[in-house]
Amino acid sequence: MKAILGEKLGMTQIFNDESQAIPVTVIKAGPVKVTQIKRVATDGYDAIQVAFKELAQVNGPQAGHFAKAGIAPAKHLVEVPVDDIDTFNLGQEISVGDLFTAGQKADVTGVSRGKGFAGVMKRHNFKGQGASHGAHKVHRAPGAIGACATPARVFKGKRMPGRMGNERTTVMNLDIVEVDDERNLLMIRGAVPGPKGAVVLIREAVKANG
Amino acid sequence: MNTLDQIESAYLRDDIPEFGPGDSVRVNVRVIEAGRERVQAFEGVVIGRSGGGIRETFTVRKVSFGVGVERIFPVHAPIVQSIDVTRRGDVRRAKLYYLRDRVGKATRIKEKRD
Repeated sequence: MKAILGEKLGMTQIFNDESQAIPVTVIKAGPVKVTQIKRVATDGYDAIQVAFKELAQVNGPQAGHFAKAGIAPAKHLVEVPVDDIDTFNLGQEISVGDLFTAGQKADVTGVSRGKGFAGVMKRHNFKGQGASHGAHKVHRAPGAIGACATPARVFKGKRMPGRMGNERTTVMNLDIVEVDDERNLLMIRGAVPGPKGAVVLIREAVKANG
Repeated sequence: MNTLDQIESAYLRDDIPEFGPGDSVRVNVRVIEAGRERVQAFEGVVIGRSGGGIRETFTVRKVSFGVGVERIFPVHAPIVQSIDVTRRGDVRRAKLYYLRDRVGKATRIKEKRD
């Protein structure tokens, strides 16, 4: 699998050949460095661990982990399953141009913006209640949440108000509009989870063909 | 300059003349019909500009066969081949939405004199 970590820079729009305005999210993707190579023989599966965003210092055990690969400490680590494990070396740098080209599809994973304690209209797209016709203090209320003496309880999983957002979210099958290998930039059509500055994981689309 | 501005600046056009609300313009628009491209002009009064950077748009209003027609163009879109400013208008506001409620002589705009 191809995957890279990146930082969401924000959204803008660009014009395509047909003069249509394309909404794009700009992501500063990579470069990432290989910190660990896991093999079937030692770990039971083939994967590489990559690091993103260099840090000035980390604690002892982590420093050792990075020193083993011979690279500077970094803030974010992620494991990527790969088939051709022998083509990777410790400390190897992977940039966005090695993985993606314009026109491909990608899945983007990130932590969505936290919305705090949200009501059912915002959180579950409930319809709310009437603005008038005698409605009193119930305009955004959920309404009934169950029946009466049978079952005499509220069913598990009933959609209610509560904490919204700030959870790991994946948006699938986004078009890659442009890859700028020089500046390590990736332009993806549409929105991706998280605020500006959020770290997102960009993977090749797993369901691209149906 | 941050990265987003750099990306946008690559798409910004520098061949667009200066114009604003009240000005009469001829917008030459690329139209693709039956596989071939031709240029269609849209002539009218600019009644406002909105947005900034690559997202900036302007609204042109004209009265065609007694029906008011407004078109909104992105300033930097490649679909706009060129913009000719035919007349400078002297107006006191940024958005000339009041023109929508007027017909005939009342829609006249004073010409700007320097």
